[in-house]
Amino acid sequence: MPTYQPADGWELLADPTRRAIVERLAQQPSAVGELARAFPISRPAVSQHLKILKEAGLITDRAAGNRRVYRLNPAGVAALRDQLETFWNRALEGYQDVVNDSTEENQ
Amino acid sequence: MTQAADTVVRRQIVVEAPIDRAFAVFTERFGDFKPPEHNLLAAAIAETVFEPKVGGHIYDRGVDGSECRWARVLVYEPPNRVVFSWDISPQWQVESEPDNTSEVEVRFTAETPHRTRVELEHRHIDRHGPGWQAVRDGVAHDQGWPLYLDRYAALFDNGH
Repeated sequence: MPTYQPADGWELLADPTRRAIVERLAQQPSAVGELARAFPISRPAVSQHLKILKEAGLITDRAAGNRRVYRLNPAGVAALRDQLETFWNRALEGYQDVVNDSTEENQ
Repeated sequence: MTQAADTVVRRQIVVEAPIDRAFAVFTERFGDFKPPEHNLLAAAIAETVFEPKVGGHIYDRGVDGSECRWARVLVYEPPNRVVFSWDISPQWQVESEPDNTSEVEVRFTAETPHRTRVELEHRHIDRHGPGWQAVRDGVAHDQGWPLYLDRYAALFDNGH
């Protein structure tokens, strides 16, 4: 089985504000100012949350003109991807068995 | 940018069957090979129905009569191709917002009259958004997926 890490990331997301920030970034990449307007917390507080989330690898940032735009780190979806990969491995193995069985029945 | 590859799961398999039968087994007997832990109902699944038409659904019916429609059939082109949405959120709930769902394409190709290649692509996984916490809970615990899947795989060990 794949391993899911970092454990620290889970603990960070237990904070409702950080979770809300991540959910918003999943919908649309945003700059600090946009996030500060969207949430009832100060801009420095938003920056602090973003710093922690970035250090945990949950979000990334890049410069866009004079702004710094934050977005969800695609590696975050890797956990879901791993889960679906496991699902389809099992499903296709089962499918192959069913095809073989039904082919034998028809011969 | 390598992100695109991270949001797609591709799998392929070759089955010893004509293309018509390969397609029919996939759609008509989906519930016979779908991993059993894949159940959003409170009750055990009595049957899984794959409605063979565009606009149809894939749904589970529980032994108590409850239903869970967790996929929409987007393309239905027997015996070559089927595409359906994946309306299950990382929180293991039915996702009602289509923009937040991924999709699965399955292509069938006849390699010989008696052998078919089945290529599966589950794409746009990133549309589901963040769900790491739920994913962690679902798969990483000892009594979660790992144990369940091991038991499931063991069912197929005899005779093959």
